[in-house]
Amino acid sequence: MQVPILKQGAYLIATVQSALTDEDLKQLRDTLVLQVSKVRARGVIVDVTALDVIDSFATRTLRDVAYMIRLRGAETVIVGIQPEVAFSMVKLGLTLEGVATSLDLEEGLAYLDRKAKAHQEVRAHR
Amino acid sequence: MRVSIDCDSDVVAARQKGRELASQCGFPSTDMAVVATAISELARNIVRYAVRGEIILRLVQNNGKRGIEVVASDDGPGIPDVGLAMQDGYSTSGGLGLGLPGTRRLMDDFEITSDFGKGTRVIVRRWRR
Repeated sequence: MQVPILKQGAYLIATVQSALTDEDLKQLRDTLVLQVSKVRARGVIVDVTALDVIDSFATRTLRDVAYMIRLRGAETVIVGIQPEVAFSMVKLGLTLEGVATSLDLEEGLAYLDRKAKAHQEVRAHR
Repeated sequence: MRVSIDCDSDVVAARQKGRELASQCGFPSTDMAVVATAISELARNIVRYAVRGEIILRLVQNNGKRGIEVVASDDGPGIPDVGLAMQDGYSTSGGLGLGLPGTRRLMDDFEITSDFGKGTRVIVRRWRR
């Protein structure tokens, strides 16, 4: 199951449409890390609203995506973690430490905009 | 219900079957996600460590309580030290090491038997509140 990745302005938006196998998750990770440099994206949103399970492997892969993209100089936000998924993740002991999360796509975009603005201000003051 | 596990996509299939069964049993959506997540961890362990095995899902009753039982078994290499494998953060495969201890936290009942060289069987249950 391929995850469609859309470019919107300086951002890439990956919208997960259905359950992903471990192989699908790895492919998503690799594609995003490559795409972010290719299109010179400043931010990446991974929308996981459609996922009914985020287990240890999915958590680790999402975390890796965010860390790898940060090393490429862009920001990542995971959006749309469902309440029952959040409950199961915490019970299992999974955290997305150091990874930005937002309620939904709209909040995720607002987060990236704030980050981009702060980045510009820092540059302007130099 | 029996799901044979020998590849990545079987992990997804098993947890979807578990979710369906939990839904039939009248579990609330939080419990459905909990059961599906536990199945996902157990099924992945089979693929990763034993290559193949099976997951059996069934509805169970105890003193009028209804629940769902998941039996994950394989005849893979077994776990040399079960105590160690139950510790948070211990992994021999470079994973997070949360699969087994996390599954125990997710479910109400948890039993594991592993014979080194013969295989592993994990039985978990979640009861309806």
